[in-house]
Amino acid sequence: MLRRRFLAAACAAVALPALRLSAAEPPPRRFAIHLLDRLGFGPAAGGLAHVEAVGAEAYIAAQLHPETIAEPASLGELLAPLDTLSLDPVQLFLDYGPQGPKASPEERKARRQRARIIVEQAQAARVFRALYSPRQLQEAMVDFWYNHFNVFAGKGLDHLWVGAYERDAIRPHALGRFRDLVLATARSPAMLFYLDNWENSAPGSTMPNGRSAGLNENYARELMELHTLGVDGGYTQADVVALARILTGWGFVRPRMRPPDRSGFHFEPARHDFSEKRFLGRTISPTGESEGIEAIGLLAQSPATARHIAFELAQYFVADAPPPGLVERLAQRFLQSDGDIRAVLAALFASREFRDSAGRKYKTPYRYVLSAARAAGVEVRNPRPLLGAMARLGMPLYFCQTPDGYKNTEAAWLGPEATNVRIGFAAALASGRLPLDREPPAMAATPVAERVPAPVDAAALERLLAPVLSPHTREVVAGSAPPLRAALLLGSPDFMRH
Amino acid sequence: MRRRDVLGLAAAAPLAWPWRAAASEGGPSRLVVVMLRGAVDGLNVVIPQEETEYYRLRPTIAVPRGAALPLDRRFALHPALAGLMPLWQAGQLAFVHAAGSPDPTRSHFDAQLFIENGTPGRRTTADGWLNRLLAALPGPHGPAEALAVGPTLPTILRGRLAAANLPLGRAGVPREPLDRPALAGAFDRLYAGDDAQSRAYREGRAAHSELAAHMEAEQQMADAGAPPAAGFPAIAARLARLVAGDRRIRLVFAALGGWDTHVAQGGETGQLASRLKPLGDGLAAFAKELGGDWRDTVVVVVSEFGRTAAENGNGGTDHGHGNAIWVLGGRVAGGRVYGDWPGLAAGQLHEGRDLAVTTDYRSVFAAVIERHLRLGDRALAQIFPDAPPPRANLKEIIAA
Repeated sequence: MLRRRFLAAACAAVALPALRLSAAEPPPRRFAIHLLDRLGFGPAAGGLAHVEAVGAEAYIAAQLHPETIAEPASLGELLAPLDTLSLDPVQLFLDYGPQGPKASPEERKARRQRARIIVEQAQAARVFRALYSPRQLQEAMVDFWYNHFNVFAGKGLDHLWVGAYERDAIRPHALGRFRDLVLATARSPAMLFYLDNWENSAPGSTMPNGRSAGLNENYARELMELHTLGVDGGYTQADVVALARILTGWGFVRPRMRPPDRSGFHFEPARHDFSEKRFLGRTISPTGESEGIEAIGLLAQSPATARHIAFELAQYFVADAPPPGLVERLAQRFLQSDGDIRAVLAALFASREFRDSAGRKYKTPYRYVLSAARAAGVEVRNPRPLLGAMARLGMPLYFCQTPDGYKNTEAAWLGPEATNVRIGFAAALASGRLPLDREPPAMAATPVAERVPAPVDAAALERLLAPVLSPHTREVVAGSAPPLRAALLLGSPDFMRH
Repeated sequence: MRRRDVLGLAAAAPLAWPWRAAASEGGPSRLVVVMLRGAVDGLNVVIPQEETEYYRLRPTIAVPRGAALPLDRRFALHPALAGLMPLWQAGQLAFVHAAGSPDPTRSHFDAQLFIENGTPGRRTTADGWLNRLLAALPGPHGPAEALAVGPTLPTILRGRLAAANLPLGRAGVPREPLDRPALAGAFDRLYAGDDAQSRAYREGRAAHSELAAHMEAEQQMADAGAPPAAGFPAIAARLARLVAGDRRIRLVFAALGGWDTHVAQGGETGQLASRLKPLGDGLAAFAKELGGDWRDTVVVVVSEFGRTAAENGNGGTDHGHGNAIWVLGGRVAGGRVYGDWPGLAAGQLHEGRDLAVTTDYRSVFAAVIERHLRLGDRALAQIFPDAPPPRANLKEIIAA
């Protein structure tokens, strides 16, 4: 019955020509898990039934249009108390940023302490959405693009802005046009601060505080190396300097001046270098802010960028060393569609390479922790134990220090310590001892013993994961005492892959 | 005395490869690599105080002559590294200036990869050179012979042989559920295969049981029940006690970030100074806590590239080329700045803007490997394939 529906949906999908089912097609349930694993953060009880009910193609199509998927009220209830999520960058600075020079050291410290809530709420929101939003692909793409355009919450003012950055620059364009995404990140206070472009100025100009200022290459280099062309994209040191000149004057508003534009971005002509530039073999006429828009347009439509993004998407969704043929096809799709991320993903999900890749990827710590909580079916109201596990495994959310973001390959994450820590987490999660269901008591005030742990239902978990379990795993689980089984399933080598 | 220690340890810890400890005369020769990710500004670490160009190129961030700590007639040390001066005066700290990778990339990520894989310009090398070095050391090899500090295994230690990694921050070594025998037995069966995941599992279990006992004892002794301090000096001291307590550990790797100072890096004080201080103090604490084992330890501090000779428009520096490599340890012929100083005049700078590289970073490690770890040319050719022959004068960096 389910299989028939799946076949019918697949055959009806004329828009996806690579899709033809043969005898070698994986069984529907395994494939449904594959979709949940790759287009999101893994199967949860209800989600699997949904994919099987609507069929693979309809599921993919809906995921590519998240605005058509309703989010449950329960998710809204989890997000509602997180009051800093709705503040714009200017307000965040005014409410939580550094005070004027009159503040005492104690006041500064207290303010800094109070500001920690911003990152905590952004982390909580990210985890809640990844766990409970049915727009799973959107959440996966937020993870993907945030890493691609990484900003480190531990650098200076960025603790104020990582959440707003994700909300304003990443989310709206996660499935949109790549150029818009680059431009949104280029203008975001979070990125302007993180890669120092807010101070990048024409030589001899002065900052609003009177300090003299000049060129800074940091953002210009990473914009080409990491965000667009890729390190082999054919640019030179002269292009780095030219792009830095082009982007001079891209900075912040001054929040205390009550700016009408609440995005936080401001182009300052007085600090812009109005000389003519040669960039990537072209002449850029000195027009001010539009030079940067023109340059980003050139970068976004470059074949080198298309290959770079195609490679990264294929690596994220298919294999650590993605098949070159697939990368080439996706790059072509990127160029033909003028950088339409949705179109590239549609081609990717329709590819044979994607369909054949189930279980070939090793989960990142982020994905492992989230997928375990989803599969276990635990109700998370307090995400701290999950965030702590990610940090312990080397992937603290919003705290990747370097602009290349976290890697998503097996080589980066599979290791002796990591394996053992994952198993430790799996055992703690399975036992029900993690305080996920409520805020942790104030430090040692309330005895922990009053909480009755609710162990994860191993039988339900085994039914859910059955298609991905090897015979060996099933045998070991069956031969172990029932109280150990959920830990074994969540800590199994099979569950560490997707 | 030393031999008795070794035998005592072997008798007390009969778990694994005691033959290795018992077979060695004296303490094992150890190599510790500290990588400063993000490219530390070497020109403000080992300051060319006789170069007028240095002061001209860095009007707001040059460390003034009176503030820098004189090393020799040409160079001075950043004052935040005062904690290292006793080692310099004892002749146990050296620098190799204008050192670095021959590859000209200014990408952090490529440059770090090339330092770690040992093959500048070639990204596809499958393993890290510390793992190849481990393989070249006489065996048999155990799971905790090479140790990285941190939550994941870095590229430099990845490869054929097992290596351990251990976070040494506040958390220390937590008690794992795998300490429960029934659960551990079931997981042992689950991870019994010959695949990469099973191997990682077993290596982790073995390393954990090797290291956990030392760690717990160390922690109780050092902290007397108080939560361990954070920060590099505390971590370095704990690492030293761990290493000193376990003679099987031969290779150690640690990385520190936060050196990418494009803005307001400061001079005598400021951002860079505040990062250098815990590093210098931590290395000094490491030397002190190692006790007698310091005699047989060499620490090399390296970064992926240097920074521009001139400060940029924001009181910082951008990505450059040559840097200073730090070499310290009981057997280092220190109190000397090695390397050929290329100068900072316009015609002497790499691409007109960066300190040139006159010493390949591999030459520094090759000298340490040859003279300190006593490996020959054949091993070196495996560790650093296609490296140029090491410079003769660098061999003096390890005392005979």
